[in-house]
Amino acid sequence: MTLKVLAIDDSKTIREMLRHTLSQGGFEVHVADDGVDGLEKLECVGPDVVITDINMPRLDGFGVIEKIRSQKVYSALPILVLTTESAQDLKERAKNSGATGWVVKPFDDEKLIHAIKRITVG
Amino acid sequence: MSSSAEIRHTFFQECDDLLEALDDGLCEIDEGVSDQSFDPETVNAVFRAVHSIKGGAAAFGLDELVQFAHQFETVLDSMRSGNLIANEEVLKLCHRAADYLNDLVVAGRDDVDPPKGSSQDLVEKLSGLLPGKLEAKKEENSGAIGDFNFAPAAISIMDDVPGAVSVVSTYVVKFRPHKTLVSSGNDPLLLFRELSELGELKVSADFGGIESLESLEVDECRITWSLEVDTNLSELEIREVFEFVDGMCDLEISKSGPAALGNEQETNLNQLEVDANPRSDAKISSGNDSVGRGKSGSSGGGANATVRVNLELVDRLINMVGELVINQAVLTQCIDDAGVLDNGELSTSLAEFKNLARDIQESVMAIRAQSVKPLFQRMARIVREASELSGKEALFETEGETTEVDKTIIERLVDPLTHMIRNAVDHGLEAPDLRRSAGKLETGKVKLSAAHRSGRVIIEVSDDGSGINREKVFNIAVEKGLIPADSSLKDSEIDNLLFLPGFSTAEKVSNLSGRGVGMDVVRSAIQKLGGRVNIFSKPGAGTTMSISLPLTLAVLDGMVVDVAGQTMVVPITAIVETLRPDPEDIHKLGSENTVVSVRNKLVPVVDLGVVFGHRSSAVSLSEMVLLLVESDDAMSWALAVDQIFDQRQVVIKGLESNYGYVPGVAAATILGDGNIALIIDPEETARRSDKPSESMSILAMEGK
Repeated sequence: MTLKVLAIDDSKTIREMLRHTLSQGGFEVHVADDGVDGLEKLECVGPDVVITDINMPRLDGFGVIEKIRSQKVYSALPILVLTTESAQDLKERAKNSGATGWVVKPFDDEKLIHAIKRITVG
Repeated sequence: MSSSAEIRHTFFQECDDLLEALDDGLCEIDEGVSDQSFDPETVNAVFRAVHSIKGGAAAFGLDELVQFAHQFETVLDSMRSGNLIANEEVLKLCHRAADYLNDLVVAGRDDVDPPKGSSQDLVEKLSGLLPGKLEAKKEENSGAIGDFNFAPAAISIMDDVPGAVSVVSTYVVKFRPHKTLVSSGNDPLLLFRELSELGELKVSADFGGIESLESLEVDECRITWSLEVDTNLSELEIREVFEFVDGMCDLEISKSGPAALGNEQETNLNQLEVDANPRSDAKISSGNDSVGRGKSGSSGGGANATVRVNLELVDRLINMVGELVINQAVLTQCIDDAGVLDNGELSTSLAEFKNLARDIQESVMAIRAQSVKPLFQRMARIVREASELSGKEALFETEGETTEVDKTIIERLVDPLTHMIRNAVDHGLEAPDLRRSAGKLETGKVKLSAAHRSGRVIIEVSDDGSGINREKVFNIAVEKGLIPADSSLKDSEIDNLLFLPGFSTAEKVSNLSGRGVGMDVVRSAIQKLGGRVNIFSKPGAGTTMSISLPLTLAVLDGMVVDVAGQTMVVPITAIVETLRPDPEDIHKLGSENTVVSVRNKLVPVVDLGVVFGHRSSAVSLSEMVLLLVESDDAMSWALAVDQIFDQRQVVIKGLESNYGYVPGVAAATILGDGNIALIIDPEETARRSDKPSESMSILAMEGK
């Protein structure tokens, strides 16, 4: 079964890269431009895994995760945080918001796909 | 599917937008820095811009860009968190950092070495803003697992662990998930699956935590596990499997031997053996051996519906619209010649056709129109650089940034504006000590403004410096043989001497404005755009240079007139009104000059036929039509023409590339009958006819 990924990032470059890498990796890729857009698309896409940036306008990654987790139906949806942040406190914060895991940019293709595979059943 | 080259292209395109946003944000912060009244969200946006550039750059291995962006971002981050107070000094540094970031992006895009220059100094100053903080951050990084380092090169931790290779040991892992583990989307089974990839795995579960079936919650895990894995890898790598659930479980890892196995629970363990051979399907597929295509998801899906269009396409469209306008004129002429214009239906359709052609033309123009903001932002940098190099403090102000102008015009304004801005700082402003003794603030002001005025775009560069030293300018002009020593010139004429080729007032050639081009180059660049440039100066108070440009380079609304048997076009935007003068309103001034009284104001009359040499002397004005035109600086003239034919859209065909610059003539156009008519520049024409005969030598020298 093809896994559906919803990738939320305000950088077009990163969105394009995610789309490219993940399509090559056999995922069905959907992208969103920021947190608000991401939450809107969540409903119609029904992803198997969400990848989200942290620093975004309108609604940041923490907000996205908290909003997703607040819905019972998504309580176990795997969410990867994609960020250049190396600081420990940001990871802690993401975790406290309910993130499943993280990938640090710049990701290489393998690392990213590996991170997704380790948190998805597919 | 996007190739990496395309993504790279996207990245640099995005960088342009981000750099603009960065500049915007910094300027916005500038405005509120004195009382800290800027919006914290602006600081956030600025941070995000730099952050996004860093993120993308890292993916393309642009190390220098990444490192600098990181440094810059750290400063912005502490500004964001309130650890660093944004003051003018800090902001100034941020502007410089933004400039340098821009340089690095350009260098990355063009694949050249980034400019060296002041970068080291800049980096030091940036880190100087954060005492001790950067060091701390570095330490934190090196202590973390390689994964968390933002730098592209992954650090191999394995090298530091002695005896990590080839010896197979048994590790016992005690794993007790907390409630949060499942609710964060993690799944113990997936962890075991990953663990099983490290080596032979035995799993035993303890269900002792489950009191009763009824008390179970779906998102709560009450099972504890004991895992045994045989692997030649290190404990660190086992820990890495549990990386995501760190803090969400109790985890004990010990090497080998049942002695190390937990104590009290052992007796309670309901043994459960799980076949956990490494599963082949869990192998990671690399980027290239694609498993399935995966339908490409919702395409693009940007919030703002814009498309990027190749400029060539737009230009082609513009050309075609031009042809359409000519064609429409030809068609009208044909129908008129055939004498069927009275046909109601035909003339309605024709009128409709005209309206549509105009709508199309306006829409296409709107595509090309861009705000001058990016141009102005570039100039902010020029001011910063110029003020640094010249040692003069300069405050840069802009006005009317949202004014929209044709893209081509904006592009071609970069060089002349750069030169004018440099001039304003370098020659216009005085040195700080001179300013102080003149009772001015030490920091000079350079202002750049844009506005739409009577169908043209007016761009002004002004400074509050000492103004033009007219005596000096006059003497230099005489010295260089540009004007006769006995010339008597009006102030404004002296000021305009600056635009003569070969004129340079700088006593020492500075490395700023004295770059081998003079103001004459500025003027000819502006003229090529169908524009004019004027200079106004007040001794002691400053100088203003004003550029007046057409809105577009393609089409204009013109009044088609007859001048001594020649058809000419006067841009409608310049015409305030048309009138047939009463003979008693016409007054002679001396033998040559005539004025007309318009509502108690005397306006000089300019006979276009005489100016362009189509007739030698003025004919009776009462037979003629006067077009009242006004200049940008509120001067008025009455242009005398024999007859008004029509008012219509005409296509602008530049004369300069095909023929050369003719004073007073803006361009040419093709009429409906296929003939060519000149489009005049009313102000230029009027000013020229205005000049007293002794300054005609300047005129003669200006025509190249």
